[in-house]
Amino acid sequence: MTQFLAQLPVLPIIIPLIAAPLTMLLPARALKGRIPCLFATLVSWIAFAASAAILHSVATAGPISYHMGDFAPPIGIEYRIDLANALVLTLVSGVAALAFPFSYASIRAEIDDHQLSMFYAMALIAMVGLLGVVITGDAFNVFVFVEISSLSTYALVALGARRDRRALTASFNYLVMGTIGATFFVIGLGLLYQATGTLNMADLKIQLAGRDNPMVEAGFAFILVGMGLKAAMFPMHLWMPNAYAHAPSAVAVFLAATSTKVAVYVIIRFTYTVIGADFDFAGAAFEYLIAPLAVMGMFFASIVAIFQDNLKRMLAYSSVGQIGYMLLGISFGTEQGLAASLVHLFNHGLMKGALFMAAAAVAFRVGSETCDGFRGLARRMPWTAAAFIIAALSLVGVPGTIGFISKWQLLSAAFDSGRAWAGFLIVASSLLSVIYMGRVVELMTLAPAPDASAAVREAPLSMLVPMAILVAANIYFGLSTELTVDLAERAATSLMGAAR
Amino acid sequence: MSIEHLVLRVVIKILFAPILLFALYVQFHGDYGAGGGFQAGVIFAVAFILHALIMGLDETKRVLPAAALKAMMVVGFLFYAGTGAATMLLGGNLLGYDAIAPNSDHNEGQHYGILLVEFGVGMAVASTMLMIFYQFAGREPEIRDEDW
Repeated sequence: MTQFLAQLPVLPIIIPLIAAPLTMLLPARALKGRIPCLFATLVSWIAFAASAAILHSVATAGPISYHMGDFAPPIGIEYRIDLANALVLTLVSGVAALAFPFSYASIRAEIDDHQLSMFYAMALIAMVGLLGVVITGDAFNVFVFVEISSLSTYALVALGARRDRRALTASFNYLVMGTIGATFFVIGLGLLYQATGTLNMADLKIQLAGRDNPMVEAGFAFILVGMGLKAAMFPMHLWMPNAYAHAPSAVAVFLAATSTKVAVYVIIRFTYTVIGADFDFAGAAFEYLIAPLAVMGMFFASIVAIFQDNLKRMLAYSSVGQIGYMLLGISFGTEQGLAASLVHLFNHGLMKGALFMAAAAVAFRVGSETCDGFRGLARRMPWTAAAFIIAALSLVGVPGTIGFISKWQLLSAAFDSGRAWAGFLIVASSLLSVIYMGRVVELMTLAPAPDASAAVREAPLSMLVPMAILVAANIYFGLSTELTVDLAERAATSLMGAAR
Repeated sequence: MSIEHLVLRVVIKILFAPILLFALYVQFHGDYGAGGGFQAGVIFAVAFILHALIMGLDETKRVLPAAALKAMMVVGFLFYAGTGAATMLLGGNLLGYDAIAPNSDHNEGQHYGILLVEFGVGMAVASTMLMIFYQFAGREPEIRDEDW
C-alpha cells in the first residue's frame, strides 16, 4: 500500500500513456465502436481517481516530490506537485473523465468508424500531455508534454474535416501558431538554461536569484509570449476560434475546458516559482503589458462574440475574454489576485465545458452549429436547453453559480489592491457577456421552433448525464467554495511564498 | 527476358541483410550507455525503404504489411513504458532500473533496463519511419471525396 501511494504521482501519466497505444489496436467497428470509447473512458476515470487522490494527499500532507528513474533532482526529472498543480490536474482529468463518455454519440456521427480507435488513442495522448505539463517540476519536461498534447490536438482538430473541410486549414493554422508558441517557449528555456545550467524549476529559482540580466529577462519574455500564444491571450488568439469551431464537437469540449487553462497555469508557474519576486521586470511586464492586453481582450473578444453566428466560435471568443480575466488577476501581483485567477481558471473550465457540451448536443440532434439551430430549443430539447441556460448564467456571473464566485474573488482582489478601475472594467465586460449569452438564450426560449421541429429529439443519455454532472458542478462549487476557493487561496499563498 | 533495374535489384538484395545487421550493431553497441535505439531504428527502416524504392511499394507491403507495422509501433512503445512500469512493480520508481537487479554492486539493473528500453525505441522508430514512408509513398494523387 505504501509502495502504491509512493507511485501515486506518476499514475495519472503512465496509465493513460500505456493505454493510448493499446487503444490503437482495439477493434473500431465491432459493437458499434463502443470498445475503444469504453476503454478510454475507463482509463480517464482511473486518471481522475489518481488525480483526486493526489489533490487529497497534497491538501492534507503537503507537496509531493517524485524522482523519475530514482535520479535525484536537479539532475533527474522531478514531478513536484503542490496545490496549484493538483487543482489544475483534477480539473483536466475530471473534464476528460466526463468528455470521454460524452464523446461517444457525437464522435461517431462526425468521423469515420475506422478512425475511432485512433481517435481515442490520440485523445488519451492529448490528455496525457496536458496532465504532464501540469504535474512536472522540470522546465524542459513542460516543453515535451506541451508538444505531446499539441501534436495530438492538431490531428484531433483536423478530424473535423469530414464534416467541414475548413477544419484542415483551421488545424494547419493552429499547427503553425502552436509551433511558434512552443518554439518561443523553448527559446526562453534555452536562455534560462544558458544563464543557470539547470532545468529543474526549484533549482532554477535558486540559481536565478540575484541574476537580473538581459538574458534572463529575454528568456522570461520568450516564455511569456510562447505560453501566451498557447493560452490564446489577446492579441494572439486568432488560431483558437477556428480550431474550436471546426474541430469535432467532443474535441472542442475537452480543449475548451482544459488546454488554454493549462497554458495559463504554466505562465503562473514560471512567473512565481521560476522567476520569482526578485525580478522587477516580471512584475513590470504584468503591470504594463499583460494587464492592458488582458483588458483589451476582455472587451474586444466579448464584442466580437456578440456578432458571431456560429455558436462554437462565439464560445471560443468568449474564452479569449475569460483568459483576460485570469491574466488580469495575475497582473495584480497580490496573493488575492493570484487566488482569484486560479479559482477562475478552475471555474471557467467547468462552465465552458458545459457550454460546449450543450453546443455539441445541439449539433448532434439539430445538425446546426449556428445560432439559428437554437431556435425554440427549450421546447425541442428541454434538458440541453436548461443545461445551456444554467452554464450561461454561470458565465455571466449570477449568484449561486461558480461564475459569481470567481467574479467576486476578482472584484475583491481588484479593489483590495487599489485597482478600482479594474473592478469596473470587470463588471462592464461582464455586461457584454450578458448580451452574447442572452441573445442565444432568447432564441432558445422565446423564438418559435422551425417547422421541422417534430424530427428533433432530446440528446441521448450518454450526452445528458456528463452534461448534467458538469452543470451540477457549476452550481455545487457556486454554493460550496471549500474546495475551490480555500485550496486556491492556499495554493496562491504557497506560490507567493515560493516567489519570495 | 528483361527486368527493369536489374543491377539495382541485385545490389539491394545483397545489401539488405548487411543493413539490418548494421542496425542491430548500432542497437546493441555500448549497451551501458543510453541512446542508439533511434539511429538503429532509422537504419533498420532504411533497408525496407530501399527495398520499396527498387522493388515497388506493393512488394514491400507483402513482406511487411501496414497492419504489422501498427502492431510493431505499439509493441515497441510498450517495451519502453512496460519496462518503466515493471520497475514500479518491483519496488522502484518509474524507470528506476536499479530495481531490476537490486543486489548488483555495479548497477546491473541499469544495463538491462537500458537494453530493454532501447530495444523498444528501436522497434517503435523503425516501424514509425516505415509507416510514414508507406503513407507518403502510397498516397493517391487526388484524394477522393468518399475518402473523407
